[in-house]
Amino acid sequence: MTSRPGPGSIGSGGAPAALPGGRLAGNVVQFVRVLRGAGLPVGPAHAIAALDATAAVGLDRRDDFRAALSAVLVSREDHLPLFEQAFDLYWRDPRLLERLLASMLPTVQGDGEPPQSPAEIPARLAQALLPPKQDPVPEGGEDPAGLDAALSFSAREALRRKDFESMTVDELAAAKRMLAALRLPLPEVATRRSRPSARGHRVDLRATLRRATGATGALAPLRFRARICRTPPLVVLCDISGSMDRYARMLLHFLHAVTNDRDRVHVLLFGTRLTNITRHLRHRDVDVALARVAAAVADWAGGTRIGVCIDEFNRRWSRRLLGQNAVVLLISDGLDAEGGAGLNHAMERLEKSCRRLVWLNPLLRYEGFEARPAGIRAMLPHVDDFLPVHNLASLADLTRALALPASRVRGARIGMGAAGSAHPPARRQEPAPWK
Amino acid sequence: MTPPTAFPSTVDDVVALLDRHDYVADRRLATSVFLALRMKRPLFLEGEAGTGKTEIAKVLALALGRKLVRLQCYEGLDVAAAVYEWNYPRQMIEIRLAEAGGDLDRDRLAHDIFAPRFLLKRPLLEALSPTDGVAPVLLIDELDRTDEPFEAYLLEVLAEYQVTIPELGAIRAVEPPVTILTSNRTREIHDAIKRRCLYHWVGYPDAQRELAIVRRRCPRVAESLACEIVAFTQRLRAMDLYKAPGIAETLDWAEALATLDRVALDPQTIADTAGVLLKYQDDIDALSPEVAARLVGEARAEGTRS
Repeated sequence: MTSRPGPGSIGSGGAPAALPGGRLAGNVVQFVRVLRGAGLPVGPAHAIAALDATAAVGLDRRDDFRAALSAVLVSREDHLPLFEQAFDLYWRDPRLLERLLASMLPTVQGDGEPPQSPAEIPARLAQALLPPKQDPVPEGGEDPAGLDAALSFSAREALRRKDFESMTVDELAAAKRMLAALRLPLPEVATRRSRPSARGHRVDLRATLRRATGATGALAPLRFRARICRTPPLVVLCDISGSMDRYARMLLHFLHAVTNDRDRVHVLLFGTRLTNITRHLRHRDVDVALARVAAAVADWAGGTRIGVCIDEFNRRWSRRLLGQNAVVLLISDGLDAEGGAGLNHAMERLEKSCRRLVWLNPLLRYEGFEARPAGIRAMLPHVDDFLPVHNLASLADLTRALALPASRVRGARIGMGAAGSAHPPARRQEPAPWK
Repeated sequence: MTPPTAFPSTVDDVVALLDRHDYVADRRLATSVFLALRMKRPLFLEGEAGTGKTEIAKVLALALGRKLVRLQCYEGLDVAAAVYEWNYPRQMIEIRLAEAGGDLDRDRLAHDIFAPRFLLKRPLLEALSPTDGVAPVLLIDELDRTDEPFEAYLLEVLAEYQVTIPELGAIRAVEPPVTILTSNRTREIHDAIKRRCLYHWVGYPDAQRELAIVRRRCPRVAESLACEIVAFTQRLRAMDLYKAPGIAETLDWAEALATLDRVALDPQTIADTAGVLLKYQDDIDALSPEVAARLVGEARAEGTRS
């Protein structure tokens, strides 16, 4: 393979001895920073290892160089495509790269040259390679940090309160980053398994005996075990019909973060039919994961048949997914195209098969919200919690609300999401008028 | 117990063997069983409740003249309940005796009390080192009820047919037990387990085989009634139910109708005995008198045709 001239003068046969101080070292380090910006978990230690690896393989062959960097910088199969693309883009003519990326960004005008394959470059990689500035040349160790770091605290606060539906493209991008950092700490449940513990309540005879054989004397100190606690499985049913479109797209980023944060999370989308996207969301890279979801779902932004979809869930999935005390998050505005037909029945069945049923409704943000639509009226009696989910603040509050123990008093926990929060989101405070 | 029978040498032999013990197997299941016996691989049976998954293990044990070792899974099933446990009271007595005898050599004491005679065998260890020396049939029932840690533990057992006891070392089966795992699919079993097993999905039987099963298992049910029962349940399964009746429910229902001295199906009898067949209130509601009457009519028509 012929080597090409590039920013790191690949193929120039540079002596390894000259590496540490030379221009190549700076470029390798910058490349590592680009990868970090694109989401790969690489740090200074990786940069040092990358330099060592470069010194070891030399620069005579481009494929060796690529393999060496890949061996050092990639630790998961998921990350490999991102690395390959970043490598191809970075280690070539910098002006070409610049034009290519500039033509992709909606805010920057391209110079007329058509982009080669813009769709294949993940948005995050483009962002990491090209910080959102007027002069986007990745030279001189510019920090490729994105919007998040650039936002002041007050800007972030404002973003937290803003409805997903009214956000601009830039704000959505910033919100997605904040969503990716959210976690969902469900209260833990005691399992039947135990572990050694000084404060446990069950005597660990085996450990006690082991101990007794080593000690002389009439008394053997008792050893104890305590129960292991773990979070219950989480099943998310998310409405992706036309009225939920904007929210659903944002929530998918949140669901991706939750799915990759812990085990036993299942996500199903529904509009006119039900799609299980758990396996698609499992991909570590959020861009790839969402692209796979989009390919798998046929009924984006269409109509809503909540009753039919929940009934299908009950029949096809509930016995497989709700077996071990699962918590169900139902994300929907409750606006059913079929006027709530069969919904009451399906919700009752769902309620009875899970440990806790939480309904997240973006419409709940309106002060004047009333449960007029038949769909909402049919669903409300069967949920344990009814919470708003229209902005970042309400999602953050959600994690607090779920940490509280479930109360099986129907409709009594409306808007409890902000309990203890200094900035309660817009919600109904008084008892539900529809009871 | 009779001495163990040799493994059948063809798929036909398996069908015949199971048939002799009143298990009417379809060809695919018989092939899976044959391969499991031949290749000494565990057989993973998945399917709805009441389709005869557990029964195949029982019948195999009987037909092959081997002991059945059954491990019923549940959440939190641990090594102490599934594999082995030390006999703590006996160990304590042993320690006290050693002390009373003035023997205070710790190393020897530790060695002595972790000897095989203080070991209580639980099902898995019993299956791997049977007391009578004949490899038994090991049934690991409803694996989906347990949790991932136990599945992970099973990997060693299923792949190597051995268990490791820290104090004694690895115990390996001289002859691997005939291993059957079942799952009702209340959750997905990990691919690593399935990879080590032969997989077979146990579905509902077709009308012909179901009729053969009813005749075999409930000989006191009249022939015409048996035909009607089978035709009726086959139609019931085509309905949109939460839980379609399994073959076990069909047999229960046939027994129930025989006990009630019925010779033919009628809507009133069906309404009275629906609880034998259907276990969800929603499903029983769905089987209204009109629906039942229609299904009975169709079942009768089919009965007269055949």
